[in-house]
Amino acid sequence: MIPELGNFALALACALAFAQAVIGIWGAYRRDVRLMAATPGLAIGQLIALAASAGALVWASVGNDFSVINVAENSAIAKPLLYKISGTWGNHEGSILLWGLILAICGGLVSLFGRNLPSGLRSRVLGVLGGTSAGFLLFCLTTSNPFFRTFPPPADGRGMNPLLQDPGLAFHPPILYMGYVGFAVPFAFAVAALLEGRIDAAWGRWVRPWALVSWCFLTCGIALGSWWAYYELGWGGYWFWDPVENASLMPWLTGTALVHSAIVVEKRESLKIWTVLLAIGTFSLSLSGTFLVRSGILNSVHAFANDPARGIFILALLGLVIGGSLLLFALRAPLLRSGGIFAPVSREGALVLNNILLCSICAVVIAGTMTPPFAELLLGQKISVGAPYFNLTVLPLAIPVFLAMAVGPLLPWKRGRLWPLVEHAWWAALIAALVGGVCAFGMKLLPALAFGAATWLIIGSFAEVFERTLLFRTPVANSVRRARGLPVAVLGAAIAHAGMGVTVAGIAGTSLDSNKIVEAKSGDSFFVGGYKWILLGLEDRQGPNYRARVAFIEVLKNGEPLAIMRPERRMFTLQNQTTSDVAIRTNLFRDLYAVLGDERDGKAVLRLHVNPLAPWIWLGALIMASGGALSLADRRLRVGAPSRAPKGVVPA
Amino acid sequence: MNATGIARRRLMLLAPLGVAAVGGVAFWSMLDRMQEGKFDPHDIGNPMLGKHIPDFNLPGLGASQGFSSRDLIAAAQTQPVLLNFFSSWCIPCASEAAVLDELQKMGGVPIWGIAYKDAPEKTQKFLDQYGNPYARIAADASGDVFINFGLYGVPENFIIDRNGIIAWHIAGPLSDDAIEQQMLPAIAKAKA
Repeated sequence: MIPELGNFALALACALAFAQAVIGIWGAYRRDVRLMAATPGLAIGQLIALAASAGALVWASVGNDFSVINVAENSAIAKPLLYKISGTWGNHEGSILLWGLILAICGGLVSLFGRNLPSGLRSRVLGVLGGTSAGFLLFCLTTSNPFFRTFPPPADGRGMNPLLQDPGLAFHPPILYMGYVGFAVPFAFAVAALLEGRIDAAWGRWVRPWALVSWCFLTCGIALGSWWAYYELGWGGYWFWDPVENASLMPWLTGTALVHSAIVVEKRESLKIWTVLLAIGTFSLSLSGTFLVRSGILNSVHAFANDPARGIFILALLGLVIGGSLLLFALRAPLLRSGGIFAPVSREGALVLNNILLCSICAVVIAGTMTPPFAELLLGQKISVGAPYFNLTVLPLAIPVFLAMAVGPLLPWKRGRLWPLVEHAWWAALIAALVGGVCAFGMKLLPALAFGAATWLIIGSFAEVFERTLLFRTPVANSVRRARGLPVAVLGAAIAHAGMGVTVAGIAGTSLDSNKIVEAKSGDSFFVGGYKWILLGLEDRQGPNYRARVAFIEVLKNGEPLAIMRPERRMFTLQNQTTSDVAIRTNLFRDLYAVLGDERDGKAVLRLHVNPLAPWIWLGALIMASGGALSLADRRLRVGAPSRAPKGVVPA
Repeated sequence: MNATGIARRRLMLLAPLGVAAVGGVAFWSMLDRMQEGKFDPHDIGNPMLGKHIPDFNLPGLGASQGFSSRDLIAAAQTQPVLLNFFSSWCIPCASEAAVLDELQKMGGVPIWGIAYKDAPEKTQKFLDQYGNPYARIAADASGDVFINFGLYGVPENFIIDRNGIIAWHIAGPLSDDAIEQQMLPAIAKAKA
């Protein structure tokens, strides 16, 4: 009964979304006040219906209702409760439902917090969100319905892919989707602005926090995915330039450009066309990324059940959403009047450069990801594009971004000179050059360069803060007073930029790892990365739905015992699949990383790594996201439309 | 702004739509051809496809007799042979075993197996456990034949026609769908 209610709620949500689209856009076109006033209610109704639907699926999964095909195929009685819940979105059908739910949450938030928006704009934004939602809910209902039943129901389900039974991954899809789907709101604002043919500073002030929230979630989502790959797959790597990873990186790159470009719209009423295109492009890439991965076109280690028939439906939908919005862009963008004029060397100029560079990196990543299927389609050739291509092409574009992002905020609006940059940031450049130079003695060129760049980013990013607080040039009390008056957004930007530096340092550090694959029997010892590793013994252990083989490895530094590490190899009997549970010991400056492989003739294969600075990769991402979150708290963002709503305007 | 300036601006603003349209058409034709089975991005391909099989002469398991490339071609004279590379240590091979068993019971295609880098007694245990669909089995302990055939991993499957040419290939385990939609048509073509 409950699954039927879920199915009904899903259908109801789809109908409400459709009504929201028609009434929202038609009402705004006719300037019909009553129609426009109805859209927020419809959006909230859609949210409630979808929440009920998702709740029904969780109910079926937790209650082991194996008559529901989706539950039978992805769950099992012995599965821990956490994964029964997270398993509902760990498969294709459920993840589409989650996708729709998050989109509905976005619509609901716009309805709740958007009371001070001009009613026409709000109505159009909700209309566009509703239309997008209706399309994907229809897709969910017809081709990917999670509530379909089977008879007779099996006694037990088939269980979940053991690799996905991991607490980190349980929350990865919701966070990542918040990022992907959150960009639907800037997209809807962009389309609404094109329909109206008008963009002003208030528009920018509305779009930026949405873009920023989505960006923060996407940053965390990507970092979480990469962290999962690092500790769960046990390959010792953290980024594999796999199509699915690239699919999440592309909207991140254009989304980063969008967040910056929207500042210019808000502050200077210029770069409007750029910003609209970035808003459309970011959501389009989010959509293409999430959905084309499922069509089976891209060859990836992240396999969803592929079905070309589903692919055609998705493609038609993408054509409608992306093609429609880009057509509207081509027709209406010339109407957008730009306000502020600026010189090439200015804050605006630097942000244009930032847009161009980030979009170029995105283009390079798209080219690398799409070349294999295109080459096969057009030339019938099998080509694989791997890390060497991406490293070679992304790096030269990333270097100018790194150079510019630390000091860009020092440039004044409208027109600037380069000399003040030198004046305010010379010390950062000097320290960075020193660090790079010192590193160059001990290591290869590239890591040394990267350490220099990381130093530049971390300390250079705070040049503006130092400048504004007159640190060291005035009594400390005065600096503190000035720091208090500093806009939070300035601090947020500095922290986010420095976070990038931390990530770069992590990547550079990890490239200097030492690792060894050894065959060991109990009592054997090895030296890896300046540590002594002793295999103490092996033991069997029983988990809730797996059997495990555990190795006990003692690690010593200079004869001092440091840690006992327990890497495991887990055999999931139901799926007949083996996974490795990596043991990681970190002190934030280096990771000890041990993997237990196969055993043969009484000897166990061990893979031992020492990864310097590895945690910094994800720590940096977290710092970036918290910088973004901090700048959300800036009161200048809260002051929405000039006169009304003194509080509570910030969404999310 | 003069007329050509405006025209150029319009053209520039149309460019994103153009790029998206090209991408859309390409994706559509990929999906279309995927449905017809003409396009498979997951198929790794094989450099030997359409070429004569490499020469080899392999021993069997333990005391039993293996086979050589000449034996294989001789057998393929009467009807195309499915050559399957497998290993006891390979998990997809274990799941493929059921499909091969089914295929062998169905008849029509003799299945010859080459055990790649495997201890003979372990191969034997694997066959005892999962069934033995093979007409003949050889052991490629060194992995030389594996390399000469241009394999990426185990399992991989080849159809050898009467001229000793590799008529069809799939990297990875055979599935019912792959047999139905690809292998059987390829055999029919090889016979014609």
